[in-house]
Amino acid sequence: MTPRTGYMHIQDDPAQPRYIYSKRNLWSGVLFGVGLAAFIDETIFHQLLHWHHFYDLSTTAVGLVSDGFFHAFSWFATIASLFLFADLRRRKGLWLTRWWGGVLLGAGIFQLYDGLVQHKLMGIHQIRYDVELAPYDWTWNIIAVVMIIVGSILLWRTRRRT
Amino acid sequence: MEHGWGHGGSSASTAIELICTLLYASVLIGYTLMARLSSQHYKSWPLYRYICWYAGCTCSVVVIIGPFAAAAHSDFRIHMIGHLLLGMLGPLLIVLSAPATLLLRSLPISQARRLSHVLRSRYAALICHPVVAAILNTGGLWLLYTTPLYTWMHQYTAVNLLVHLHIALAGYVFTISMLYVDPVAHRYSHVYRAIVAVIAAALHGMLAKYLYVHPPAGVSTGQAEAGAQWMYYGGDLVQLIIIGLFCYEWYRVTRPRQINVKTALDA
Repeated sequence: MTPRTGYMHIQDDPAQPRYIYSKRNLWSGVLFGVGLAAFIDETIFHQLLHWHHFYDLSTTAVGLVSDGFFHAFSWFATIASLFLFADLRRRKGLWLTRWWGGVLLGAGIFQLYDGLVQHKLMGIHQIRYDVELAPYDWTWNIIAVVMIIVGSILLWRTRRRT
Repeated sequence: MEHGWGHGGSSASTAIELICTLLYASVLIGYTLMARLSSQHYKSWPLYRYICWYAGCTCSVVVIIGPFAAAAHSDFRIHMIGHLLLGMLGPLLIVLSAPATLLLRSLPISQARRLSHVLRSRYAALICHPVVAAILNTGGLWLLYTTPLYTWMHQYTAVNLLVHLHIALAGYVFTISMLYVDPVAHRYSHVYRAIVAVIAAALHGMLAKYLYVHPPAGVSTGQAEAGAQWMYYGGDLVQLIIIGLFCYEWYRVTRPRQINVKTALDA
């Protein structure tokens, strides 16, 4: 039975829900990634390890604005992304590979922004105090870059082929 | 200097305590009566709404009278917890108990129509606008904690009352601008409300961190730091609940009515 649409496999059919919702998969992933990275930052580094401090006295006014905005945005992003995920599931449009690509990209970008702009440029807080910072900063930012690269690859591989 | 009505036996302070207690009792009883009576004609009023109303009113009243209120005058941390209860958690619980819906179904028709008219009025539309409500709420907080208003509040009973009233009302209109539980005449899109909510939450967090190092006059460093963190994380918690309910409403409203999934195997 030759398929009438002329595609080899059903998963290549652009009418598949996952293609229709490819943008929603991307945004749900990215928002979740940002929220997850911010959440891990908050729970592990601020609360559990007490490495980060609530307020570093070298914080500038613009740093306070950036921190406040990202803190507020990340909570919203986490919850909204989970409801988007649930919505995708009930519409049978979830594309996990693409979603994970978004997660890695979002988390990586947030972590890089945090590592470069917030820690260094704005001086909101450092990764840890009373230690040699360089290895921490390098590890933090390299992990972020790796996540961005892997995430981008996944997203490229799940892009629309029209 | 008379620091409010928690201690000191001035007749004004006892009068205020009495009025607040009576008010508290009557709104509790009134809500219960209306809910029970109207449940005989309409759908049974859900239990959780009773509980939300009781809890919300209790949150609000303990901040105004009683030992908690007295402690709030000298301890910035208690003051901040009080703010969270009166301005955030209390309003949230009250909104969830749907008091306007209850009134509309309990009042005689002519009065219900009048109430509906008031709720749709331009004044109501103005203060319940997400941006206006956010300004009243967050702006009010910035004013309170960065100007002498904080000191006046602890010196003059009238200022104290006004500030408490504003915090409660501003918290209430902000919550109803986000969560459409009671009937809403002027609705705004999810995206619009979300953007306003994030900006308001950001400003709230910024204020908390600012107060960490620049507390209001007369507050010790230890109390300032603890109070600021209460504001930051306590505010986070209530905001999280509001965001969750907000997104859940979106999820319900955008439910696909009919899943039409065409695949290659269909005609």
